[in-house]
Amino acid sequence: MSTASVTPREQAWTLPSRGVVGILCLIVAESAVFIIFVVAYIFYLGKSISGPSPHDVLEIPIVGTICLLSSSLTVYLSVDALRKNNVRVCSFWLAATVMLGSIFLGGTALEWHKLIYQDGLTIRTNLFGTTFYSLVGLHASHVVVGLIMLLLALVFALRGQVTEANAARLDVLSLYWHFVDAVWVVVFTVVYILGR
Amino acid sequence: SVPSWLTEGRTSIFSPKGTPAHLIFGLSMFVLAVTACIFLVVGGLLAYALIRYRHRATDPDREPAQIYGSNQIELSWTVVPALIIVVLFLATARIIFSTEYARRPAGALDVIVIGHRFWWEFRYPKLGIVTANELHIPVSDPRNPTPTYLEMSSADTDHSFWVPQLAGKMDVIPNRVNVMWIDPETPGLYLGQCAQYCGVEHAKMLLRVYGQSQSDFAVWVAQQRQLSTRDTTTEEGRSVFFHNACVNCHSIAGTTATGRFGPDLTHIASRDTIGSGIVQNTPDNLKKWIDNPDRMKPGCLMPPMHLNDRDLNAVTAYLTTLH
Amino acid sequence: MADSIPLPGPIDLPSTPKARPLMVEVLHAWVTTVDHKKIGLLYIGYALIFLVIAGLEAVIMRLQLAVPENRLVSPQVFNRLFTMHGTTMVFFFGMPILFGFGNYLLPLMLGARDMAFPRLNAFSFWISAFGGLLLYFSFLGGDGLYGAGTAPDVGWFAYAPLTAKVFSPGHSTDYWTLGVLLSGIGSVGAALNFVTTIISMRCPGMKISRMPLLAWLYLVMSCQVLLAVGPLTAAQIMLLIDRYLGGHFFDTQAGGSAVLWMHFFWIFGHPEVYILVLPAFGFVNEIIPVFSRKAMFGYAAMVAATIGIGFISFTVWAHHMFAVGMGPEANMFFTLASMVIAVPTGIKIFNWLATLWGGRIHFTTTMLFCIAFLFQFMIAGLTGIMLAVSPFDWQLTGSYFVVAHFHYVLVGAIAFTIFAAFYYWFPKMSGRMLNETLGKWHFWLFLIGFHLTFDFMHVPGVLGMPRRIYTYEMDRGWGVWNLIVSSGVIFQVLGIGCFVFNLLRSYFKGKIAGPDPWDAWTLEWSTRSPPPVYNFAAIPTVASRRPLWDLKHPEDPDSNYEI
Ligand code: HEA
Ligand code: HEA
Ligand code: HEC
Ligand code: CUA
Ligand SMILES: [Cu+2]
Repeated sequence: MSTASVTPREQAWTLPSRGVVGILCLIVAESAVFIIFVVAYIFYLGKSISGPSPHDVLEIPIVGTICLLSSSLTVYLSVDALRKNNVRVCSFWLAATVMLGSIFLGGTALEWHKLIYQDGLTIRTNLFGTTFYSLVGLHASHVVVGLIMLLLALVFALRGQVTEANAARLDVLSLYWHFVDAVWVVVFTVVYILGR
Repeated sequence: SVPSWLTEGRTSIFSPKGTPAHLIFGLSMFVLAVTACIFLVVGGLLAYALIRYRHRATDPDREPAQIYGSNQIELSWTVVPALIIVVLFLATARIIFSTEYARRPAGALDVIVIGHRFWWEFRYPKLGIVTANELHIPVSDPRNPTPTYLEMSSADTDHSFWVPQLAGKMDVIPNRVNVMWIDPETPGLYLGQCAQYCGVEHAKMLLRVYGQSQSDFAVWVAQQRQLSTRDTTTEEGRSVFFHNACVNCHSIAGTTATGRFGPDLTHIASRDTIGSGIVQNTPDNLKKWIDNPDRMKPGCLMPPMHLNDRDLNAVTAYLTTLH
Repeated sequence: MADSIPLPGPIDLPSTPKARPLMVEVLHAWVTTVDHKKIGLLYIGYALIFLVIAGLEAVIMRLQLAVPENRLVSPQVFNRLFTMHGTTMVFFFGMPILFGFGNYLLPLMLGARDMAFPRLNAFSFWISAFGGLLLYFSFLGGDGLYGAGTAPDVGWFAYAPLTAKVFSPGHSTDYWTLGVLLSGIGSVGAALNFVTTIISMRCPGMKISRMPLLAWLYLVMSCQVLLAVGPLTAAQIMLLIDRYLGGHFFDTQAGGSAVLWMHFFWIFGHPEVYILVLPAFGFVNEIIPVFSRKAMFGYAAMVAATIGIGFISFTVWAHHMFAVGMGPEANMFFTLASMVIAVPTGIKIFNWLATLWGGRIHFTTTMLFCIAFLFQFMIAGLTGIMLAVSPFDWQLTGSYFVVAHFHYVLVGAIAFTIFAAFYYWFPKMSGRMLNETLGKWHFWLFLIGFHLTFDFMHVPGVLGMPRRIYTYEMDRGWGVWNLIVSSGVIFQVLGIGCFVFNLLRSYFKGKIAGPDPWDAWTLEWSTRSPPPVYNFAAIPTVASRRPLWDLKHPEDPDSNYEI
C-alpha cells in the first residue's frame, strides 16, 4: 500500500469558523444591495427636475458620524474584554456602543425632521428626495437591526448569561457592526461630501 | 447561399434591402460560418469519441487508463478559441463603426418617431408633416445618399423600432432620444413591428415603411402638407367628430381638434391601414373600429365611443374624406 | 490509513422497525425538519411541482401560437402566461431544484453531517416556498380565476416604466416584486449556507483542491448568488418605493431613467443564468467520469474555468441591452466581454470531451442526458456568440431567436442535466433505482420534443417574429414554423409524463439500489441509500479526490497523481 497517499493524523484538521464565514457572506450580499443604492444616488445627482437640491438643504452630520465611527472601537473593546472573560467590562463597552449608535440614529431623526418640515423635502418631492431617503434610510435600518442585536447582547450580559464561550458570537455581531460603520463611511462621502 | 425558407416573406433578416441591414447580413454570414465550423469540428470529435470509446462486451474487466490532464493540450484549447474570438470581435467592431459612426450625408431626411401604446407617431419637423403608423421615406441612391434619420422617443413605455429588411432594432425609450438611420435601396413596402414588450397590444403594434422614389415621395409630401378640402356632404359627420371626445385624443390640422393621445387623423383617408397596420383602411373597417376598437384590437387605448348608427356612419363618412 | 474511509455497504445497525407513523406525524416531521437531506427533497419536490405548472403555462402559450390570428386566449391572459412561465421557471423551478440537489449532495460529498446552518437552511426553503405561493396567489386576487386574476403581466424582467403605477395599476406587479424578493432572500440564505458548508464543514483530508468538482461549482455559484441577488433586491425595493411611497427611481416623468432598471436587472440577470448553469455543469462533472470510467480530465483547469466564468459573468450584463442605444464603445466592450466567456466555457467542453476520450462509455439513461447536454449546450453557446455580436443582435434581440437560444440552454442544457442528476442520484435518495426502460422512453421522447420545439424556434426569429406576442399576422410566413414548434411540446409532455410516472413507480417498486449502484468514486456512495440522518457512522477521512477509487484500487490510488 502506498504511504504517500496518507494524511498524517498528527496534522490537525482545522477549518475557518462557520460564524465568521457566514457573516462575511452576508456582508458581501448586503454590500451588493448598498452598491446599487449608491449607484442610483450618484446617477441621479443633479438630475432632479425641481428643487431642493442637496446643496441647499444638507448639513454635514458631524456629531452622528463621530459617534458611529467611534462605536466601532467600543464594540471591538467589548469583544476583547469578553475574550479575556471580563464580562463587566464587556457590558460597559456594549452599553457605550448602544449609546453611540442611538445618538447617531437620533441625529438622523432630527435631520429628517428638519428636511421634511423645514425644507419640504420628502421622498416624493424629487429624485434627490427619493434617492436620499432610500439610501440613508436603508443604512439607518441596518443601524436599527444592529442596535437591537447589541441591546440583546447587553441584556444577556447584564443578566450574567454571557461568558467567554460566547466571544465568538459577539465577534460575529461586531463584524456586522463594523460593516454598518464602513457603509456609513461610503454613504457619508457620497451624500454629504461629493454629492453636495 | 442562404436557403430560401430563411429569406421568405417581407420580414426576414436575411433578405436585406438597406445599407445597415446589408452590413449586418454580411457580418451574420461570417459569424454563422465560423460557428458552424466550430460546431462541426467539436461535434465531430464528440461523436467520434462516443462511438470509438463506447463500452463493449468484449472489453477487459479492469478500468481504462486514468488520465488526469495535460497542460499542453489544455493550453492549446484555451488559445485557439481566444484567437477565434479576436477575429470575431474585430469583424464586429468594423460593422459597429460603419453603422454607428456613419457620417451623416447632407441630403438626409429627419423624422421624429414617437412610440405610443400601441401605435407610432411620425413627425417630419422640416416638412411640417405629422402622420401615424405608415412611414413614408425616399429610397436612397448610393451615389447621392438620402438616408432617413429617425429620432426616436416614447410617450409612455419602452418600444422598439424594427423593420428587419432595413436595419436592426433600436429601442424607443421615454425620457431618452435614440437615433438610427435607414435607407431603402428599392421602392416598396417594408414591414416590421414593435419589438419591445410594451403592454397588452404589443403584438399588434405593427409598422409599415413605404420606400418611395424621390418623385413619388415629393408627391406624397406635397399631398400631406395640403389640408384636405372641406367636403360639404359630410358636415354631419364632422359635427359628430367635433362634438364627441374624438377631439381630445386626435388632431386634424386646421381645426380645433388638437388631441395627441391618438394618431393624427388629418390625412387618415390617405393611409392604407388603420389601427397601426392591423386592418385595411376601408370604410367598413373604419366603422367597425370606431364602433368598438377593442374588438379589433383588444386592449387598445381608444375607448368604444358608443355612437348610434347614424352618427357612426356619418363620422366614418367624414373621416373617409380626409385625404 | 485508507481504511478510515468507511467501506461501501451498510455501515450502521439496521434501525429497529417501528410502528407506521401517523400522517400528521410525517407531515410534522417534514415541516419542522432541519435535516439537509429532507430540506433538499422538499426543494426538489416543490421545484417539480412548479415545473409542471410553468410547463402547463407554456403548453397553453404554444397552443395559442400554433396558428396565426388565434383567439384561444386573450392578450391579457397571454401576457400573464409568459410572465408567470418565465418567472416561475427561473425562480421557482431552476433555482430551487439546484438548491435542492446542492442541499442533498454537498454534505454527503464533503463528508459532513449536515449543512453549516441547518435552521437557516429550513428558513431559506420556507421563505422561497412562501414567495412561490405568494406569486401564485395572484391568480386568485383581483377578479379571481376569470381572466387569470391579477397575475403579473410585465414580463420576467419587468422593464420600467411598464411597472409604474400608471401602466400597471392594481397589485399584479407587486405579486411579482414580492414573490421574487422573498425567493431572493431565500436564495441568499441558501448560498450563504453553501459557502459556509463548503469552507468550514469538509471532512478531514478533504482539502479544497480535493473537493468533488460539484462542490467547486456550487461554491462559485453561491458566490455569484451572494453578489447578484443584491442588485435585484435593491431594484425591487426601489420599485416598491416608487409604487407605494411615490418615489421617482424609474419615473420618466420626473427625470427618472428607464434604462437604469435595465442595468440593475441584468447585473443580476446575466449572472443569474450562470447561477443556473453552473450546478448543471457540476452534475455533468460527476456523471461523465463515472460512466466513462475515467478520472475527470484537467481538474485544475475546470476549477479555474469555473472561477473565470464566475468573474466574467459580472462584466457582460449589457449584452441584453444592445438595442438600447448605449453607443459604439459600450457595445464593443460588452461584445468582447460576452465572447470572452466562450474561452473558459470551451475549456469545459473540451475537458469533458477529453474525459470521454479513451474511456469506456456506458450509455445509461443518466449518461444519455449528459451526452445530449454536451451537444445542445454547445449549440446554445454558439447561438449565444451570435447574439453577443452586437450588430447581429440588433436584428435578433427581442425575437424568437433569443427565445430559442435561451431555451436551448435552460431546457437543452439545464433541464437535461437535471434529469441526468435524477437518474444518477435518485437511487441514493430513495434507495431504489429508476426504471431504465421508462428512462429511455423519457429520454428519447423529450429529446425529440426538445428538438422539434427549440430547433425550429430559431426560424421564426430569423423571419422577424418578435417574442411576447400573443398572435401574429397570417401573411408573415411564420405559421408553419410555429406549428412545428408547438407540435414538439406534445413529445415533451409525454416525456415528462414518463419521468413523473417513473419517479412515482420506482419510489415504491424500483429495484433496490444498494449503497453504490454505479461503482462511483465520491463519498456519498460510501453510505447507505438512503443515507441515515447522521449521514456517516464515522466521519470519513480522505486522501484524494476520489476516495472510493482509492478504496477500490488500493494498488493504484489517486493520491499518487495529485499535483
Ligand atoms: C443558463 C443560461 C444561459 C447560458 C449558459 C447562456 C450563455 C450565453 N449567452 Fe445567453 N441568455 C440566457 C441564458 C443563458 N445564456 C437567457 C435566459 C437569455 C434571455 C433573457 C431574456 O431576454 O429573457 C439570454 C440572452 C442572451 C443574450 C441577449 C440577447 C438579447 O436579448 O438580445 C446574449 C447576447 O449576447 C447572450 C449571449 C450568451 C453567450 C455569449 C453565452 C456564453 O456563455 C456561451 C458560451 C459557450 C460556447 C461559446 C460554446 C462552447 C464553446 C466552445 C465549443 C469553444 C469554442 C467557441 C468559440 C471560440 C466561439 N445570451
Ligand atoms: C428554466 C427555464 C425554462 C424552461 C424549462 C422553459 C420551458 C419551456 N418554455 Fe419557456 N421561458 C423561460 C424559461 C423556461 N422555459 C423564460 C425565462 C421565458 C421568458 C419569459 C418572458 O419573456 O418574460 C420563457 C418564454 C417562453 C416562450 C416565449 C413566450 C413569448 O415570448 O411570448 C415560449 C413560447 O413558446 C416558451 C415555451 C416553453 C416550452 C414549450 C417549454 C417546455 O420545455 C416545457 C416543458 C414542460 C412541460 C410540458 C411540463 C408539463 C408536464 C406535464 C403536463 C406532465 C404532467 C404529468 C403528470 C403530472 C403525470 N417559453
Ligand atoms: C381616449 C382617447 C381617444 C378617443 C376619445 C378617440 N380615440 Fe381614436 N384612437 C385613440 C388611440 C389611442 C388610437 C390608436 C389605437 C391603436 O392603434 O392602438 C386611436 C385610433 C383611431 C383611428 C385609427 C387611426 C390610425 O391611423 O390607425 C381612428 C380612425 C380613430 N381613432 C377615430 C376616432 C374617432 C372617430 C373618435 C370619436 C368618435 C375617436 N377616435 C375617439 C384614442 C382615442
Ligand atoms: Cu410597442 Cu411593443
Ligand atoms: Cu446574458
